[in-house]
Amino acid sequence: MADRERRMTPPFGGVFVATSTVLDQAQVHRALTRISHEIIEKNRGLDNIVLVALQTGGAQVAEHIAQLLFEIEGVDVPTGTIDVALYRDDIGLRPVMPEAETTIPVDLTAKTVVLVDDVLFTGRTIRAALDALNDFGRPRAVQLAVVIDRGHRELPIRPDFVGKNLPTRREEVVDVNPEGVLLGVMRK
Amino acid sequence: MIRHLLELEELGVEGIQAILQLTDRFVEVGERAIPKVPALRGKTVANMFFEDSTRTRLSFDVAAKRLSADVLTFSASSSSLNKGESIRDSVETLEAMGINAIVVRHGSSGVPQQITRWVNEGISVINAGDGWHAHPTQGLLDAYTVCEHFRGPAGPAASLQGLHVGLVGDILHSRVARSDIQAYTALGATVTLIAPATLLPADISTWPVRVSQDLDQVLPTLDVLGLLRVQKERMVEGSIGSIREYIEEFSLTQRRVKLLSDTAVITHPGPVVRGVEVTGSVLDEYPRVLKNRQVSNGVAVRMAVLFLLLGSGAELA
Repeated sequence: MADRERRMTPPFGGVFVATSTVLDQAQVHRALTRISHEIIEKNRGLDNIVLVALQTGGAQVAEHIAQLLFEIEGVDVPTGTIDVALYRDDIGLRPVMPEAETTIPVDLTAKTVVLVDDVLFTGRTIRAALDALNDFGRPRAVQLAVVIDRGHRELPIRPDFVGKNLPTRREEVVDVNPEGVLLGVMRK
Repeated sequence: MIRHLLELEELGVEGIQAILQLTDRFVEVGERAIPKVPALRGKTVANMFFEDSTRTRLSFDVAAKRLSADVLTFSASSSSLNKGESIRDSVETLEAMGINAIVVRHGSSGVPQQITRWVNEGISVINAGDGWHAHPTQGLLDAYTVCEHFRGPAGPAASLQGLHVGLVGDILHSRVARSDIQAYTALGATVTLIAPATLLPADISTWPVRVSQDLDQVLPTLDVLGLLRVQKERMVEGSIGSIREYIEEFSLTQRRVKLLSDTAVITHPGPVVRGVEVTGSVLDEYPRVLKNRQVSNGVAVRMAVLFLLLGSGAELA
């Protein structure tokens, strides 16, 4: 699990204990391959597409998708990262991660931005990301790709591309790591 | 978690490194087309300046505004202090207006500390320079600027190990020197003070620095030459023979600047008194004067400090 999620999930500083495997490495690869095809299909190619990964969990997912898009279409899609800590509506409730960088490689005006994250939960991170994107230009459209949609939305936000819909209980924790996806809980 | 920033000693090495690492991020924010983030929306920062200041006050002003905080400016010369109001009453008035932080500059050492005893929980006090005592954000921004020049972005473990910093000028009256020494030595640099004996404090032997009276001899060994302003307003009669004598021995002239190595940088906290601590043309012509970079980084450092104290909920290291 991304270190940030670990530190920010109550009980803070607890230990993640896995209860079941949701997806293994091969299944994640297949899901992201499908998502990559869907991105190409929906946008009729990759012209003016920019991938923007949410720090920190989305970074490795976006790299993986960029690699797949290159294998499928032979196009190097510009890929950036965005840290939304300064745009959150719950600043002060969470520790800040000074090492999470924002790098947007191109002006986003008139581009189609595909936001990439590992887990979609309440939707608050995505809301903050939409605010943050505005400061880097006016995208023509913003789409959202996530590995896991675990429900419990608190805002009217829905993903365009989903690896797997996973019904969860609120107190459960989803861990997306390079080896696959685990469902578990945090223990002190 | 720290609530106030009064001097760098209370931060320790890890606290200083944590602020410099956070500064990396606000330097990046400053380079954006829209260099403003909503992190401190709804917070109010009061600038209380009892002593003249241009760049520090403006810098805190810009830093707070770029974090979307509201800013009140209280300057002593145009306030009710002239009608006889005490500092304590002024602070209480601001407090009653619902502020979250007070940025204080005062000519007497210890005033920010004193204010921390008056304000209630939930208000942070930031020292923007008190007497001869400390100017912590200046120390941080100088260390950040030097680090950035020689080593790039600060990262998680900023270090100035192996660098030799010389501070020239009025050390005795300089809070900048005191905070610079703390920041530089905490990050591993060696510091040499170069000043006439009358402008050095009496307890200098207890400071973690070397001392020299011979600028020409020290110059070739320096990586960083930190010039300090000769502070006429704090000078007591007789502390230097005459300004002319000072210039002869300690001013950075065209002749002296040639003694610096090919990689050495010059810093100056401003305001510069051209012709006293430095010949005007040296500042304009020397290729590695970091003065303006110090000003830009000063905004980022102050954003990091305001964000840490008011916004992040984070433990310092």
